[in-house]
Amino acid sequence: MTTLNPMTPDVQFALYSALKIVIAMAVLLSMVAYTVLAERRIAAWIQDRVGPNRVGPWGLLQPLADAVKALLKENLVPAHVRKVSYWLAPMLVMIPSLLALTIIPFGSTLGLQKMVIADLNVGVLFTFGVAAMTVYGLVLAGYAANSKYPFLGGLRSGAQMISYEVAMALSIVPVFMLVGNPEFSGWIADRANAWHPLLANTSPLNLNRVVAYQAGGFFHWMLFQQPLAFILFLVAAFAETNRLPFDLPEAEQELAGGYNTEYSSIKFALFFMGEYANMIVASGLIVTLFLGGWTLPWFGLNHPAATFAVGLVHIAVFLIKVVAVVVLFIWVRWMWPRFRYDQLMDLAWQRFVPLALVNIMITAVVLWAQ
Amino acid sequence: MAARRAPPANCPAAQSLNLELMQEFLFYFFAILTLVFGLLVVASPSRRNPAASVFFLVLTLVCLAGLFVLLHAFFLAAVQIIVYAGAVMVLFLFVIMFLNVQQESHRPRTGTRMALSVLIAGAIVALLSRALGAASASPAFPQPAVEGGTGPLGTVLFTEYVLPFEVISVLILVAIIGVVCLGKKELK
Repeated sequence: MTTLNPMTPDVQFALYSALKIVIAMAVLLSMVAYTVLAERRIAAWIQDRVGPNRVGPWGLLQPLADAVKALLKENLVPAHVRKVSYWLAPMLVMIPSLLALTIIPFGSTLGLQKMVIADLNVGVLFTFGVAAMTVYGLVLAGYAANSKYPFLGGLRSGAQMISYEVAMALSIVPVFMLVGNPEFSGWIADRANAWHPLLANTSPLNLNRVVAYQAGGFFHWMLFQQPLAFILFLVAAFAETNRLPFDLPEAEQELAGGYNTEYSSIKFALFFMGEYANMIVASGLIVTLFLGGWTLPWFGLNHPAATFAVGLVHIAVFLIKVVAVVVLFIWVRWMWPRFRYDQLMDLAWQRFVPLALVNIMITAVVLWAQ
Repeated sequence: MAARRAPPANCPAAQSLNLELMQEFLFYFFAILTLVFGLLVVASPSRRNPAASVFFLVLTLVCLAGLFVLLHAFFLAAVQIIVYAGAVMVLFLFVIMFLNVQQESHRPRTGTRMALSVLIAGAIVALLSRALGAASASPAFPQPAVEGGTGPLGTVLFTEYVLPFEVISVLILVAIIGVVCLGKKELK
C-alpha cells in the first residue's frame, strides 16, 4: 500500500467495492454456467444415462456451447406480446438475485477488507425486500406474453412466491432471536479482539453476526440449534426459487411451458440463468444462516482471518458449502414428483406458517426461561 | 432535508463534504424519480393500462424507500420494499389481472369528471402549500427520538406505543374476519 499513491478512504472504499462486485459477479455467473452442466450430468446419472459429455473433457466446455447456441438462435418476438414488458421481464428476473448477493458474507477478511459487498445493518431484511421483487419478473413475463398459459404460469408464481415468502420470513425469526440474545452479546464482547473488524457497529440482523454465533462449534450451527427453522427455510427456498417439487410456474405438462413459453434464444436463457442464480444465492443464504457461513469448527477456521491465506481458505470453505447445497437442490429435483397446486398452498398456509409461529413461541419461552 | 443532517462526528472534513454532496445528489435523484414515476402512475403512456400503472407505483415506492435510506430510516426502507412494493402491489396486480379491469381505459373524459379532478388536485396543493408555509424554516433540524435502526424502533414500539400497536392489530383482525365473511358463499 505504501508504494501506491495515498488514497482517501472513500476512493479506497469505492475501488475495493467495485473490485468485490466484479469478482463476485464473475464467480456467480460462472457458477450458474456450471450448475446448469451439473444439473444435466447429475440428472443423467440418476436416470442411468450418460448426459452431455461431448464438448471438452467430461463435457466441461458444454456451458460455452450452450451460451453460443442461446446467443445465435433467432430472437423471435411473437406479434401479440406486450413489447415493453416482454423486454423488461427477463432482466427483472436476473436483477434481484444479483442484488441479494451483495449482503452475503462470502468470507471473513482479506487484508483489511471485509468479504461482503454491502455490510448492511438491516441485513436479512434487505434480502427479503429483494426476494419480494423477484416475483415481478415472472408475473411480468406471464403478463407480457399476452396468451393463456404463460399468464397462468405468471399468476401461479405470484401466488406461490407471496405465500412462501411469509413462511420463509417467519421461519428465520427464531434464528435472529438467538443471535439477538444478550448472552451472545457477552460472547462477542469476550472475543472482541478477533471479531472486532467484522462486528463493530453491527446490529443483530447483520449476517456476519449470525456467522459469529455459529462459530462457537459444530453444534452451534443453526442447523442444530434451530432444526425446524432450517427445514422450513430450506423447503420455502425451494418454493421461492421455483424448483421441483414446487416448479408449478413452469409445469410443462399443464402449462405448455409456463411463464416463459413465448420467449426464445437469449431471453429464454436469461430466465434459465435467473433461476440458477436465484438457486445459488439461496444456497449462499442457507449456508450463511444455518450451516456456519465461512467458518469451520476445526483447524482454527472459526474466527476472522488474521492472514491473507486464511482469508482465502474461508472463501473456499464458503464456496464448497454452497456447492454442496446446490447439489442438494439438484438431487431433490430429480427425485421428487411435482406437488399439486392446492397441496402447495396447503403446505404453505396450513403447515408452514403455524409451525413457524409455534417455533417462534417455543424459542421465546426457552430464552425467557434461561 | 437529507443534506441538512449533520455528518457523523468522527468523519474527516474532506470525506464529510463528499458525503454531503453525495447525499444531496441522491436526494434529488430519488425525489425526481419518485415524482416522475408518480406522475406516470396516473398518466401511463400505454393507454391508461392499469397493470402498467401498478408497475409504476412499484417504482415510486422503491424510490421512496431510497429517500427513507437517506433519512437513515433503514428499517422503514426495508419494510417499505417488503410490505408495500413486494406484497401489497402484487395483490393489486392480482386483482387487476383476475378481474381483467379494462373499463377504466374506456371511460370517457367528461367535463364534470375533469372539473372534479382539478378541484381535488387544487385542494391538495392548497393544503400542502399551507403546511409548508406554516413550517418554520429553522436551520436546526431537530434530532429525532428514534434513529432508524431496528432495535430502538422495536423498543419504542413495544414500550411507549404498545397500546396503539395492539389496537392496530385488532383492526387488521377485523379486516381478516370481514374478508372471511365476504369470501364465504353462505355462513352457517
